[in-house]
Amino acid sequence: MTRTFTCILCPNGCEITASAEGGKLTGCEGNRCPRGREYVRQELTCPMRNIATSVTVRGGALPLCPVRLTGPIPKEEIFRAVGAIHAVSLEAPVRRGQTVLQDLLGLGVDVIATRAVSVLDGRDG
Amino acid sequence: MKAAAKKIVIIGAGPAGLAAALRLRDRGERDIVLLEREREPGGILRQCIHDGFGLTRFGETLSGPEYAARFTERAAGLGLEIVTGATVIGLTTDRVVTAATREGLRVYQAQAVILAMGCRERTRGALSIPGQRPSGIFTAGVAQAYMNLKNTMVGREAVILGSGDIGMIMARRLTLEGAHVKAVFEIQPYPSGLPRNIEQCLNDYGIPLYLNHTVTQINGDSRLSSIVVSKVDEARRPIPGTEREIPCDTLILSVGLIPENELTRMAGAQIDPDTAGAVVDEHYQTSIPGIFSAGNVLHVHDLADFVSLEAEALADSVLEFCSGSLRGCPIEVSGEGCGHVIPQRVSGKADVTVSFRPRRPMRGCIVSAVQDGKRIASKRLPRANPAEMERLSIPASVFLSQSPIKVVLQDD
Repeated sequence: MTRTFTCILCPNGCEITASAEGGKLTGCEGNRCPRGREYVRQELTCPMRNIATSVTVRGGALPLCPVRLTGPIPKEEIFRAVGAIHAVSLEAPVRRGQTVLQDLLGLGVDVIATRAVSVLDGRDG
Repeated sequence: MKAAAKKIVIIGAGPAGLAAALRLRDRGERDIVLLEREREPGGILRQCIHDGFGLTRFGETLSGPEYAARFTERAAGLGLEIVTGATVIGLTTDRVVTAATREGLRVYQAQAVILAMGCRERTRGALSIPGQRPSGIFTAGVAQAYMNLKNTMVGREAVILGSGDIGMIMARRLTLEGAHVKAVFEIQPYPSGLPRNIEQCLNDYGIPLYLNHTVTQINGDSRLSSIVVSKVDEARRPIPGTEREIPCDTLILSVGLIPENELTRMAGAQIDPDTAGAVVDEHYQTSIPGIFSAGNVLHVHDLADFVSLEAEALADSVLEFCSGSLRGCPIEVSGEGCGHVIPQRVSGKADVTVSFRPRRPMRGCIVSAVQDGKRIASKRLPRANPAEMERLSIPASVFLSQSPIKVVLQDD
């Protein structure tokens, strides 16, 4: 089997032509770095993605705080993960890097805040 | 009103302005002020909550707010003067900067001015789409600000016009927030955003991308109810008989960015019609001495990392200008087969990197710098896309004369 992949690991977006037999990578062409090969190998077995979304903040200078995962999760878990994250609401102040959810859905990654949100009256967090 | 003397005034505290300010500060310059229109520094990064920033500049992948924090937190720690809520309304050739702030007008007489205003989005008005004028039509960045900063959902059934990166990123964002994104339509025969975004924002969510298509009718009384899309021919004219009506309540436009150069024009600086930004030399100096420009206000970048790197290089030049040691740049640079070339003038006395954008997708091409009919520098590109800015380095040692340089992009 030969398939073409667009590597998403960096903005180069290498177009990689890969051949595989029984889920095993046998050939890989077009990647400008070794991470491309690793990306294709992962895509063939279990595609992984990082996601970013936001959670609401109570009493904050902003109504939302952006969040992301500390590592990628299986692509098929994305919607379940977003659902779990949206169930969370934070209390201001929020620290950048603060853990919002630990071990999201048992997937081994945390959800962290990607900015600080101060409390509404201007006192900083 | 008496102008306050300030060595360096920076207009805009987004990725370009912040990077320039911090570089100046790192090199010992303290007489700097940043003027920012929004309530906080960071620019467009504040609403770009997706990751993928920082790989080039910091060697790790960050979200937009985290990338911005790398600069804003350092700036706060150093006590850098940033005036927020300040809209610059005047800039003169002799570098008088007038800003409207919450405390009234502020006027500065600057030794050097750094233009870092970024860009704006092209809107429906610029496209002349026929039809009614209902609500529900947003530029991608405005939809992004509503959803990521204001906690306001923009719609449920969405169509995206234009395959710019922000449009594709919003297709994913809308999907994750529960909206149904029906399709992305692109008038050109090739996508205008990065291949990785087609993969991770559209393909991952089964959102189809139709090339050679555009929106030819907008329907809806108070709220958008449907659009009509048509195929276009090679001259981008809609082909009669190909119309298809798509019910939707939201239309997101991702149809290009326009550098915001009103102040640049006001100061009398020359504008390049290809970039819609200032004409600059290798020091990022505009045609007006002491007025410099970098980042998206100079030419639209694909990546914030390159905006920061460009602004840092600009900062070094500004210090040389202030000490009176800036080299003259008599050699003109122009492009052939590429959409634009930055800078448009070079000295020939220093290594220089020119940036350019291909006009069409190419596979196996070669870019060369040609002077006096001779190829003085060249590089092979396995593929080139209008969506991706490319670069060519020209070492100081290879310049033959002060004749103009042509940057030629051609099939190999």
